Amino acid sequence: MALMARAEAGELEAVLAGFAPLPAASDLKPPEVGLVMLRGRTGGDGAPFNLGEATVSRAAVRLEGGASGFAYRLGRDVKAARAAAILDALWQDEARRAEVDAALAPVRARLAAEAAQVRAETAATKVDFFTLVRGED
Amino acid sequence: MYVAAKGGEKAIRNAHALLAKRRRGNKNLPSISLAQIAQQLTLAVDRVMAEGSLYDVELAALAVKQARGDLIEAIFLIRAFRTTLPRFGYAQALDTSEMLVRRRVSATYKDLPGGQLLGPTFDYTHRLLDTSLGVADEAGEVDDEARQADPADAAPVAMPRVTDLLGQEGLIEAAPADEGAEPFDITRAPVSFPVDRSTRLQTLARGDEGYLLALGYSTQRGYARSHPFVGEIRFGDVEVIFEAPELGFELSLGTVQVTECQSVNQFKGSATTPPQFTRGYGLVFGQCERKALSMALVERALRWKELGEEPGAPAQDEEFVLSHCDNVQATGFVEHLKLPHYVDFQAELDLVRRMRAEQAAERPADGIKEAAE
Repeated sequence: MALMARAEAGELEAVLAGFAPLPAASDLKPPEVGLVMLRGRTGGDGAPFNLGEATVSRAAVRLEGGASGFAYRLGRDVKAARAAAILDALWQDEARRAEVDAALAPVRARLAAEAAQVRAETAATKVDFFTLVRGED
Repeated sequence: MYVAAKGGEKAIRNAHALLAKRRRGNKNLPSISLAQIAQQLTLAVDRVMAEGSLYDVELAALAVKQARGDLIEAIFLIRAFRTTLPRFGYAQALDTSEMLVRRRVSATYKDLPGGQLLGPTFDYTHRLLDTSLGVADEAGEVDDEARQADPADAAPVAMPRVTDLLGQEGLIEAAPADEGAEPFDITRAPVSFPVDRSTRLQTLARGDEGYLLALGYSTQRGYARSHPFVGEIRFGDVEVIFEAPELGFELSLGTVQVTECQSVNQFKGSATTPPQFTRGYGLVFGQCERKALSMALVERALRWKELGEEPGAPAQDEEFVLSHCDNVQATGFVEHLKLPHYVDFQAELDLVRRMRAEQAAERPADGIKEAAE
């Protein structure tokens, strides 16, 4: 589900297209945008506090003759949330789980490549400071 | 007292149309896209998310565009928008030790595990205007290959917080323990003073950067002197984990970018605790380093009572600091002064005329004397 939250809308549509023809999906409740309050911790590791909200879209679907699927994603793209919920429903079906995972592999690879690039760019700015002995005495 | 005025509908409509025209500017120039704002005015967008207290890059970019670059107006738009949405719930606290770090420096330790990573920073720039940006903007095109570390040096490594390193030796106070209590939420209940530390942190996290900068600066200049070091400042991506009430299990919603600052301050100790460093904390949406650092300084100054320090400086006055740090509240009250106050003013005008008449009737001789002088 973490992958389906991070995938771009286009990626989700492409993955879904690979499973055509899809069974009809009905909404368990209408896709919706709302807020989740994010929290931090005092000092990074202490008591929690409310930091600020983020927009979140959610969807819940049931596939005809199949399982239910749910999705929560940061952002306001309810269409993407619905696509993620349909994929989640497919994934709930043991017989298709491996197929769904395989279809999401390019998303996993893109995210890993992006993180690796951030690490490489950031590591190139690693600095070794040294202090100088002062000469006054 | 403010009394509503009527009329002016046509003038207001025309003023709004003119505003839209001025916002668009010269129509021979292309309209700026939200993606351009998000990608090229990132720090303006980050500030709008932080002080608008709503993480949504595209919405913040839209607000910046609609507000013609007036960031407080953009923050106001974001705050107004958030009131239209339902609240799904509370996420688990972000784990900043698991951050995909894009920048991380410490002013207290030069050799710290994980290293000093300058990242995209204005620090150490010469603050010379780059005129090449005004013509072709070639400066942003860097040779990616040459600017990346060897994969071996860029492998994910643990980046313990500096406060954890000091904490191992007991040289710094521990963060207040998580007792499992729900933190107070200023967006859900009215605040009454005094407040606890988590309420202060929530209030400061959405507070105005300029205001916190000035107050933080005042603590350095001797008003609530607490001699701070930047133990660590880090910026990067953290995962949002949420337990949806109807699902009953945790799921990842994606990542957000935050800046975290730990200040390390002086250390009096007490009868029961040996001298040890104390700390202030700042956490802000986006890359808002000035804000995160200022927040940590002010947060530390507000802890004077708990740490047995002398009060008296503006930055220590909890009610004053927290009641005035919200720029949406502040701008609302200050800017409403521009709206028609004709009835109030008429009343005051009458009053001042009556007072003058009464004074003239009581002291006619004085009036003549003053005039003669």
